[in-house]
Amino acid sequence: MKNNFIMVLGMALVTYIPRMIPLAILPGVKLPSYLKSFLSFIPIAVLSALIFPAFISSTGRPLTAILGAITAFILAYKEKNLIFVVLGAIFAVFVSSLIF
Amino acid sequence: MVVGNKFKENKINFKKGFKTGLPVAIGYLPIALTFGLLARNSGLSFLNTFLMSVMVFAGASQFVAVNLVALGTGIGEVVLTTFILNFRHFLMSASLSQKLKDNIPPKWLFFLSFGITDETFSVASMQNKDIEGFFLFGLNLISYSAWVIGSIFGHYLGASLPEIIQSSMGIALYAMFIGLLVPNLKESKTAVFTVLITIIVSSSFYLLRNIVDISKGWEIVLVTIIASIIATIFFPEGVSGDEK
Repeated sequence: MKNNFIMVLGMALVTYIPRMIPLAILPGVKLPSYLKSFLSFIPIAVLSALIFPAFISSTGRPLTAILGAITAFILAYKEKNLIFVVLGAIFAVFVSSLIF
Repeated sequence: MVVGNKFKENKINFKKGFKTGLPVAIGYLPIALTFGLLARNSGLSFLNTFLMSVMVFAGASQFVAVNLVALGTGIGEVVLTTFILNFRHFLMSASLSQKLKDNIPPKWLFFLSFGITDETFSVASMQNKDIEGFFLFGLNLISYSAWVIGSIFGHYLGASLPEIIQSSMGIALYAMFIGLLVPNLKESKTAVFTVLITIIVSSSFYLLRNIVDISKGWEIVLVTIIASIIATIFFPEGVSGDEK
């Protein structure tokens, strides 16, 4: 019980420190332009790395996951609100798991 | 008068962040419920489960931790695994530091940085403008609340959503990531290039998984760094270089 709390505390520290250090140091620091460019690519690279290939196993069945992802892609391409993209994909997975 | 306007502006930004975070909250709820349930099943007390969600606020690592607890793994290993798995936030924090409004008081950054997750970072960094402190606060708060409340209910109820709802909602955060990514692809060729490069790098890691055996945490960090370096070599102007 007490050990588990110490574990939680340790987890909290090692999670918080990497989150905090760049934001505590970098604002206001003049970075070289190549580093700024590098940092500007991170959101898109992270998003792609998070989606691919993990989404395939997100619903327990590759087929429904792929249909959900395609639905999300189409809704996003049509510039629907993010909330509809999410709900639409959930609905697509729901319907396709009833059918297939 | 000026103070009054500032207060109003902060309130508007906070509300906007809160609303923008709704898809994150929807995605978090079912995962948090499952986390609470798994934590309970692996013998973690209600209090420690609650505290883990309150103090760590990092989904994947919390799942790994309760699995390791169930296996009886030592504290040191759990903490080390957590560190490796969550190190990617370092990159996100660094990237976010270039997108925040420079009027945010430094001490606020210690507080706001706690809320950086894959999801809040993705939503924040895909905003068109520089990010206001109160916007980020609102976004973090709704996401955090969903995570903590979901964990509490999962542990307390000892049950999850019906199987089909649960698996359908499994797509939620990925759908959100796709929803955040696609508009960039329409606007910028460098974004398309970056996505393709990342998929190639990520696939290479997958194909070489028997030779290069690294943990999931380092893999996301390495894939992101390698893809961003390649993109910087081809487009030294950065991601917005060809927009507008």
